Amino acid sequence: MSDLHAQTVPYVRESMVPQGEPPATERGAVKWMRENLFSSWFNAILTIIGLAFVAWVLMHIVPWFWNSIWFAGSLTACREIRDATWGAGAPSACFSVITDRWQQLLLGFYPSELYWRPITALVLFGVAVAPVLFTRVPRQLLWFSAIYPVAMVWLLWGGTIWPYLLVLAGFALGVPAYRIGAKAVAPLLGVVAAIAVPILFWVFVLPPLSGALSSALPIGLEAVPSRAMGGFMLSFIIGVSGIALSLPLGILLALGRQSHLIFIHAVSVAFIELMRGVPLIVWLFTASLLLNYFLPPGTTFDLTLRVVIMVTFFASAYMAEVIRGGLAALPRGQYEAADSLGLDYWKAMRLIILPQALKISIPGIVNTFIGLFKDTTLVVFIGLLDPIGLSNAIRATTDWNGIYWELFIFIGALFFICCFAMSRYSMYLEQKLRTDHR
Amino acid sequence: MTATDTAAHAPAPATPRRSAMEVSDEIAIEISDMNKWFGQFHVLRDIDLTVHRGERIVICGPSGSGKSTLIRCINALEEHQKGRIVVDGTELSSDLKNIDKIRSEVGMCFQHFNLFPHLTILENCTLAPIWVRKVPKKEAEATAMHFLEKVKIPDQANKYPGQLSGGQQQRVAIARSLCMRPRIMLFDEPTSALDPEMIKEVLDTMISLAEEGMTMLCVTHEMGFARQVANRVIFMDQGQIVEQNEPEEFFNNPRSDRTKLFLSQILGH
Repeated sequence: MSDLHAQTVPYVRESMVPQGEPPATERGAVKWMRENLFSSWFNAILTIIGLAFVAWVLMHIVPWFWNSIWFAGSLTACREIRDATWGAGAPSACFSVITDRWQQLLLGFYPSELYWRPITALVLFGVAVAPVLFTRVPRQLLWFSAIYPVAMVWLLWGGTIWPYLLVLAGFALGVPAYRIGAKAVAPLLGVVAAIAVPILFWVFVLPPLSGALSSALPIGLEAVPSRAMGGFMLSFIIGVSGIALSLPLGILLALGRQSHLIFIHAVSVAFIELMRGVPLIVWLFTASLLLNYFLPPGTTFDLTLRVVIMVTFFASAYMAEVIRGGLAALPRGQYEAADSLGLDYWKAMRLIILPQALKISIPGIVNTFIGLFKDTTLVVFIGLLDPIGLSNAIRATTDWNGIYWELFIFIGALFFICCFAMSRYSMYLEQKLRTDHR
Repeated sequence: MTATDTAAHAPAPATPRRSAMEVSDEIAIEISDMNKWFGQFHVLRDIDLTVHRGERIVICGPSGSGKSTLIRCINALEEHQKGRIVVDGTELSSDLKNIDKIRSEVGMCFQHFNLFPHLTILENCTLAPIWVRKVPKKEAEATAMHFLEKVKIPDQANKYPGQLSGGQQQRVAIARSLCMRPRIMLFDEPTSALDPEMIKEVLDTMISLAEEGMTMLCVTHEMGFARQVANRVIFMDQGQIVEQNEPEEFFNNPRSDRTKLFLSQILGH
């Protein structure tokens, strides 16, 4: 003890006596188990039953995974290897189907010599989406995000570059159109001009001009038809386009539903109720079968594009209601404070109301995103080759006839990774935007 | 009993301050024959009121008497159905341009402050100057800091409203209005959502504003404040202006029975 108190003045203890260890029942795992698993007789019984159930499930699943056969040419070959290795009838997963057909499951029937294009598109997607998701990424990259959709379509579908450049040129024309219209007459006319001029340009100038340029200077990529698109890539294209488009449309619909202008209010309500009240599968059949009858003869309107539009409309109706909930949750005082400072409607919405309403709605918005993303598998019913469609196609071959679980586990894992990522991002965002300090 | 309560409820002798605050002949607000209904309910009846530049008016009355509605009509937060309201020479009509112009000239403070919780104190103050007045960001921030110093909370500039006390939030709300350099300020029960010890700091801010000659219309039950700074006290009941007078006269010799009853209730405890 004497060295312990070497530097100690008589009335203040500077060096402490080491703490004694608490008994085993008050420490670490033992304590935790006593408190959480065996706190009473009833809980102890439940714990034992639960453990038995988990063990039973694992006993059936683990060998199946453990005995997986990863490289075989067909289900029959798989079974032969299994019988030779693990004995006849042993549980064994045949993930060879994934190693054999993963390229199809991911990319459909996209020509294999052109695989670099979807891969590039995916990498660029990461670059384009980063500045939107994270504020720390340099803001200048947003310009790339803006042109990315057009670049992606060109990379995947190919063809000469001219129509794509002219589409971008149409957007660029909107800017001077707005400036001239707004300066000459009124801001509202500027907005109308900014919408009308590009549309007129695309409808009347683009087709002949791009035709002429394409035949004069055929610069571009090899064209890939829509029917070659499939697999997870197709789900991803439909899902991401739907997500990116349904949020702004949903915001407009939610604002429209709150509007005092009777016409806008009625149109918004009718759109929301109609879209939401009819099953998505009906809308998809409408897109694949009926829409062609309504379009002028001779227009070819890509099926993938039609599906994207329908999925967007469907999701935006849900989105509008989610955002309306956020708008309704804001106290009236926020609207009044914005008004009393002289902010006009759009500025009040953009700077005061929507930032708060969207923040409140984040869980609901992401919920809708996740639902939309998983609903893209419904396109299998109109003959598009999404992963489910491809799993049917793969099963239809003699090699893989009769294989179910392995394909569905793979597809399920792909979707789970994407949906889980969205879910985590939404939690991160909520945490980041938290300013109320409750 | 805090010092604030004394100032608020026990009538203090009129201070010599008032003489320093001049009222000009120029008319800031003119309301004539104004009526308003909420559905079938006749909230405001035949309101006639002229406010001169530099005047400080306190409006009081029992709840439901239409006093808040009256000042909310002045910046068109509520629409009136009959009569005229002219603010700074601009008549309030359904023309949105006029409304936005008047709103940017007239500052307003609310009972529940209504700060923007997703923006910092500084951003709350610079938002309207930047987006409505098109002031450059640097300049708007300098102005905001100037007014935040005036209301004595410059050190909170980078916090969020949720981190401030009620009294501090209301002072920020006043600073936010002042950043628009308004010519008229409206106060809608600015202290009634505050704890007693915070009322004083807000009233002090309002008094210093009055000393600078700001035209003010104030709905409040702080009678000490009314005595100290108001040129005129208006008593409203059932949507009508029942009585208006200089504070001395108003408190010492109320004319109508309803005013007497109201004053006996509000000053009686």
